[in-house]
Amino acid sequence: MSQIIIYTIITLVAIGATAAIILYFVAQKFKVYEDPRIDEVEEALPAANCGGCGFPGCRNFAETLVKSESWDDLFCPVGGNETMSNVAGILGREAIEQAPTVAVVRCNGTPEFRPRVTQYDGAPTCAIAHSLYSGEGGCPFGCLGLADCVVVCDFDAIHMDPDTDLPVVIDDKCTACGACVEACPRDIIELRKKNKKDRKIFVSCINEEKGAVAKKNCSVACIGCSKCFKVCKYDAITMENNKAFIDSEKCVLCRKCVLECPTSAILELNFPPPRKKEPVEASETETN
Amino acid sequence: MSLKTFSRGGVHPPEHKLSAGSKIIELPPPEVAVIPVSQHLGAPAKVLVNRGDQVKVGQLIAESSGFVSTNIHSSVSGKVLKVDQFMDSSGYRKMAVQIQVEGDQWIETIDRSDDLVRNSVLPAEDIRKKILEAGIVGLGGATFPSHVKLMVPQGKTAECLIINGVECEPYLTADHALMMERTEELFSGIQLLMKGLGVEKAIVGIENNKPDAIERMKDITKGSNVSVQGLKVKYPQGGEKQLVKAILKREVPSGGLPIDVGVVVFNVGTAHAVYEAVMKNRPLIDRVVTVTGKGLEKPSNFLVRVGTPVSSLIEKTGGLPEQTAKVINGGPMMGKALSTLDVPVVKGSSGILLVDENEARRKEVKPCIRCTKCVTVCPMGLEPYLLMTLSEKSLFERMEPEKVMDCIECGSCSYTCPCSRPLLDYIRLGKAEVGKIMRARKAV
Amino acid sequence: MNKFIVSPSPHAYTDESVPKLMYGVIISLLPALAVSVYFFGIGMIIVSSVSVASCILFEYLIQRYMMKVKPTHLDGSALLTGLLLAFCLPANIPFWIVMIGALAAVGIGKMTFGGLGNNIFNPALVGRVFLFISFPVAMTAWPEPGQWMHYTDAVTGATPLGLMKEGLANRTVGEIMPEVPSFLHLLVGKSMGSAGEVSALALLLGMFYMMYRKIISWHIPLTILATVAIFTGILWLANPDRFADPLFHLLTGGLMLGAIYMATDYVTSPMTSKGMIIYGVGIGIVTVLIRVFGAYPEGVQFAILIFNGFTPLINKFVKPKRFGKEVKHG
Repeated sequence: MSQIIIYTIITLVAIGATAAIILYFVAQKFKVYEDPRIDEVEEALPAANCGGCGFPGCRNFAETLVKSESWDDLFCPVGGNETMSNVAGILGREAIEQAPTVAVVRCNGTPEFRPRVTQYDGAPTCAIAHSLYSGEGGCPFGCLGLADCVVVCDFDAIHMDPDTDLPVVIDDKCTACGACVEACPRDIIELRKKNKKDRKIFVSCINEEKGAVAKKNCSVACIGCSKCFKVCKYDAITMENNKAFIDSEKCVLCRKCVLECPTSAILELNFPPPRKKEPVEASETETN
Repeated sequence: MSLKTFSRGGVHPPEHKLSAGSKIIELPPPEVAVIPVSQHLGAPAKVLVNRGDQVKVGQLIAESSGFVSTNIHSSVSGKVLKVDQFMDSSGYRKMAVQIQVEGDQWIETIDRSDDLVRNSVLPAEDIRKKILEAGIVGLGGATFPSHVKLMVPQGKTAECLIINGVECEPYLTADHALMMERTEELFSGIQLLMKGLGVEKAIVGIENNKPDAIERMKDITKGSNVSVQGLKVKYPQGGEKQLVKAILKREVPSGGLPIDVGVVVFNVGTAHAVYEAVMKNRPLIDRVVTVTGKGLEKPSNFLVRVGTPVSSLIEKTGGLPEQTAKVINGGPMMGKALSTLDVPVVKGSSGILLVDENEARRKEVKPCIRCTKCVTVCPMGLEPYLLMTLSEKSLFERMEPEKVMDCIECGSCSYTCPCSRPLLDYIRLGKAEVGKIMRARKAV
Repeated sequence: MNKFIVSPSPHAYTDESVPKLMYGVIISLLPALAVSVYFFGIGMIIVSSVSVASCILFEYLIQRYMMKVKPTHLDGSALLTGLLLAFCLPANIPFWIVMIGALAAVGIGKMTFGGLGNNIFNPALVGRVFLFISFPVAMTAWPEPGQWMHYTDAVTGATPLGLMKEGLANRTVGEIMPEVPSFLHLLVGKSMGSAGEVSALALLLGMFYMMYRKIISWHIPLTILATVAIFTGILWLANPDRFADPLFHLLTGGLMLGAIYMATDYVTSPMTSKGMIIYGVGIGIVTVLIRVFGAYPEGVQFAILIFNGFTPLINKFVKPKRFGKEVKHG
């Protein structure tokens, strides 16, 4: 009996030892040198693997950060400046600061402002609806409301509001990885500079049609009247293709343009309520 | 007579040829016509008229802007109201010419008599030139410019002309009516096409559900080198590749055209338009449109001017039935659902189908049970279930080796799916994305 | 103006649906069910109703309370699983074992993978094999046909395949054959075996009905049957004393039920006709190998489960013949 046990133990130990020796030599032979800093950098990255930096995952980004000479195009939008300075610290380099940004949905075509004139009955994705037709609201530039941006978000930072049929970005969760910007077939979502207290002023419309046509579909469309352009003292507003655009870098959040817009296409978000309530008058002036 | 058909896949949707046997009714011009400058595959035509110009019927209002492009002629006479963006069938806005109709004045060169002109003495080159000038496109629905098809590329030879009288789409009867009523003209058009192409043989393919048309065409082509081939009813036999396979047993190679196997395919409507253009100098300004639907009192075929708003077309055929929930431009298998009736009839409109509320909606989508029906019916030998899964997961690179670009978008897979899965929706998305990948690769 | 519905083409749809397909299969099973009730009486009625009811119940409970999705227990697939499970159990098996089998079939075989369409293995077969391993005695006591009013107390015996396996240990085929029911009895189902698999004729009738309705194609059942016939035929010709003839193999055991109903399960069989033929040939060969050379008298269920596992691989490598690859001039 004891003999059996002894033999068993000896055999097992012998097998183990042989395997260990073989493994040791194999590991030596096929050893791949890898910069240990890559692991450290990867450690410092957020490990979201979201692709916001333009690389397939955090590991690839870390490799590039270690190897690349210039960091001009390299930035982790999720971790932001803090992560980038940590990484810079590990590698003993200078971090390039970037202003934090946040995703903004530039369409305000709720069913109230933009009545639904058809019913879409195809596969429920924006990409398919977009290639088929102009959408339930009839606006060829407006949000289709089928939530491709919500599906693609890794951070639960965007959801559909059932009342407005539009996606809503939760600023605190948004990492500006840009996945929703990519996913939107109509390029409605834009990454804009993050302001204090998440305040925002932006033209919530990207319709390039002529004013009257745009207005017909949607009462809050930008009609390209240039009133905001004229009132802005900071050159933050540009007019192109029949629509206004506010440059978030130049905008000082003075809110002059908001009051000026005849169709309420310019939205102000997260501002304290105005002391003297002035109802914004819609459809006063139409440009035909 | 032995009936032929293509070998792989196919479905048998209910035919519903409600308007079969109805005479072609010619409609007067509308009050206001909107003529898009892009009614064909390829580059949009270049507008030649301005606001306020007077135009006549048949006058060139937009000219071809490249090799794959065509001329656009005014289908009405009157004053140009606007040259602007107008809604097309997809709800997007495209360039078009809007004309206020005044009277019905035609340009002088057009022969408007009903006399049959036979025996053209024109050389092949002139025939091709006239087809190019008349702005003829494939009237089966794909609207590919006809003059391009007539230019056989170097190194390839055309042996046989196939005339597509299949009309495999349910409901539609426009081609059927044309074959019954314009048989002589059609025959002449076929001969012109043969001459223009330089082939000695032409075969007219007609599905067996139109025995009268087969009979009629046989009678008239007797003794000529045009023959008529009866075909078993099966969708999508009207697809070029399926038709070539059915009639000649030749398979157009993947990514190729019928000319790669020595064949050129034209629709009967196109052949008729060729006759009008070459013998009567009449450009493509009108076409036969089937207006049909179960809710309509009298579904019929109409000869409609291009540019007539669909709303006014339906108005003249008895008005929109109350229960209509979907309006389809074309047939139920490949037609396009309209978002508004405010769009014009164009060269490619083969029918307007009004669908009732109870048939307009898709059924609830259920998970795939892998019943293999989509694979069985795919006429191109693809695996729609797999393509849809890949497309849903955005794995577009893997769709290319699965031959997604061969898909002819016939809709047999979506039609046959017992789980009502939107197979073709996703495959189409995949095709668009794979197309982008391929173009990007070519550009590098 | 009406709000038009807009959707991509096509705008026409077939009348076919999952429930219709499932109930089509169930209709095709009715002759076999009738034969089974005729021979096994009350036992079959109890076993099949318990099996069907518990499959539907378990599907409902699991979907409603564990997966928290909209239950699909009435789409016919649970009913079909229940019926097929009952068909491959002995008609005298206690009802609580049937319930355990139903739980294994629906719970392990189907729902763990995510429900209908996602399972790798045929649920009814998973249930059967689960019971076969857990309750070998109850699962191999086959009631003799014709005991109408007896359920668990029915007189039991061995199946023809069991007799053959036992007998071949010390006797030749010729000596065993007289103990086996005649081919006519095997054809109509007057023999011992699982409740629903005894009557080859009724099952074949069901197969023709399903082919007529285009629910299944000929590829899988016919290749399995043909492979078994050819393989056993070769063995039989080589040594008729050691190996039983092909007709015996075709008519006995669960081969017909397996080939016609289990192997053709949509979810777990290959997608292309070429793949189906490979799958069918494989099942046929493995079945014969187990029957003739293996430890068990019957091997269809194992063969099908093994090739269920191969199905994803077959789907990956066996593609349909694409249109337009080769150009023929003629």
